[in-house]
Amino acid sequence: MILVLIEHDAGEVESTSLQALTFARGLGEPLRGVAFGDGGVQALEAAGGYGIEAGTHVRAEESHAVGAWAHALADLAASTSSAAVVAAGTDRGHEILAHVGARASAPFVANCIAAERDGDAWNLARQRWGGSLLEDARVGGPLTLLTVALHAVAADAAPDAGAVGVDEIEPPFSEDDQRVRKTAFEAMDTGTVSLGDARLVVGGGRGVGSAEGFGDLDALATTLGGTVGVSRAVTSAGWRPHAEQIGQTGERIAPDLYIACGISGASQHMVGCRGAKKLLVINTDPDAPILARADYAVVGDLHQVVPAITAELARRRTDDRHHER
Amino acid sequence: MNVLVCVKRVPAPGSRIVVTDDGLEIDTTHLGFTMSPHEECAVEEAVRQIEAHGGSSVVLTLGAEAAVEQLQHALAIGIDRAILLETDATGWDAIATADAIVEALRTEAANGTPFHLLLFGNEAADSGDYQVAVRVAHALGMPCVSGVKSLEVGDGTLSARRDVRGGAEVLTAPLPAVVAVKEGINLPRFPSVPGRLKARKKEIDRRPQAAPTARVETVRLRVPPEQRSEAQVLGRGPDAAPAVVDLLEQLGIVER
Repeated sequence: MILVLIEHDAGEVESTSLQALTFARGLGEPLRGVAFGDGGVQALEAAGGYGIEAGTHVRAEESHAVGAWAHALADLAASTSSAAVVAAGTDRGHEILAHVGARASAPFVANCIAAERDGDAWNLARQRWGGSLLEDARVGGPLTLLTVALHAVAADAAPDAGAVGVDEIEPPFSEDDQRVRKTAFEAMDTGTVSLGDARLVVGGGRGVGSAEGFGDLDALATTLGGTVGVSRAVTSAGWRPHAEQIGQTGERIAPDLYIACGISGASQHMVGCRGAKKLLVINTDPDAPILARADYAVVGDLHQVVPAITAELARRRTDDRHHER
Repeated sequence: MNVLVCVKRVPAPGSRIVVTDDGLEIDTTHLGFTMSPHEECAVEEAVRQIEAHGGSSVVLTLGAEAAVEQLQHALAIGIDRAILLETDATGWDAIATADAIVEALRTEAANGTPFHLLLFGNEAADSGDYQVAVRVAHALGMPCVSGVKSLEVGDGTLSARRDVRGGAEVLTAPLPAVVAVKEGINLPRFPSVPGRLKARKKEIDRRPQAAPTARVETVRLRVPPEQRSEAQVLGRGPDAAPAVVDLLEQLGIVER
């Protein structure tokens, strides 16, 4: 048997967990979904469409999540003699499986893109360097923990899905699991579009030259209803806050269009914008590495090109208004 | 308060990673080396916590002699003491690495330096294992908070803030504790010239390590097939603006 951690938002299964389920279905063992907290039963029933045969709902409290959750998963893996526990490669997935691994003295392999059983061992392919490099690895032992790299596997419903038998358990209680407690949640301002959700991102790199230089990019982003993102060079220089950083140690974006201005294309940055549907590069250097990934390019100084685009947008809007009259 | 910070020496890749002929390592012939980015912030955080609360700090790494460069960087920023778990061997998976760190910390405790705060990077830039801090915490019986973007240490407790979907959450834990931080928790300072000179005079505590037994064995590294595209050049300089707006209309970003 293989356990799959189902992350959900009040019963609605996260798309990344559907990807993990699709991945787990290829491993050739029956799947049991495990969901925590309110809405868990609903999430497990929905996950039935993705190939789990059984489900366990752990009636956990959100306030002491990780320790108690990992404890429950490790116990369940032992009592079901599971060969593997699979989760999506989210912050939470990585964190919980790391705790399960520590608790069960089991190896944990993060960000897998392929897995194959080979006798008692697994042959795995996984992402390193945020996906700029792949590693083929081999791991043995009775229990292996795997996270599935985000967006590496397309979520695909099971062709022959049946009803899921769900059982419910109370999480095991231990003082040690309660030491880390959640004491507050601060919701993001409504109305702000986070980088991860933005449909249009205007990015700036070292080529922007200064904190003040971002005025041109802010103006274009405002005109287009987009969000500004930056490279690591920019946050390291203190020009913009780290929350705006796109890359391996920042945010991953997936907009319809990413306009990258004055960005050379270091792998640290490129792993963060791989999800963009289209890439428009504005750069003075026609040989910048980022151009190898670009769909469109403007060769020129961003401080001339970007204001010209903003002005052209304004001109056409004014023209439209004249036409309407 | 005694603060420990664990770091890793990693290559500083440019736009493309190249693998050695045997497929087991990154070809670093033309690359520099750096500290993994989250860990640069962990070092800065260690220095700030000691500046705020007093006490002493130790930086620890596992690696070859060359990793002294990263230890000296940490010393130059203000860390008091450095430990090198010295090894030329490969095969240090996350479990073996955590075991070596735990053993070193038990030695420190036996020699009169128990740590109250253990700082790690959330994940190393190269291997991206997401677990060494958690394994060390479990082995030492300490609580662990991951993904931390803001940290306050009070009397016997800590309060940590981290980003989650739709906002941020605040977690508390008693000390001693392990905290895995993310870049953005602070903006690391650059070492000063006097700091660098002082760092060079500090002794590195070298502790040779036996070769590890890896449970996760690296068979081979490979570069994923490159997704090259031929960029359509829309123009040069500000004259390209109309073509760019045409494109924005065509892609449905703005209305025609």
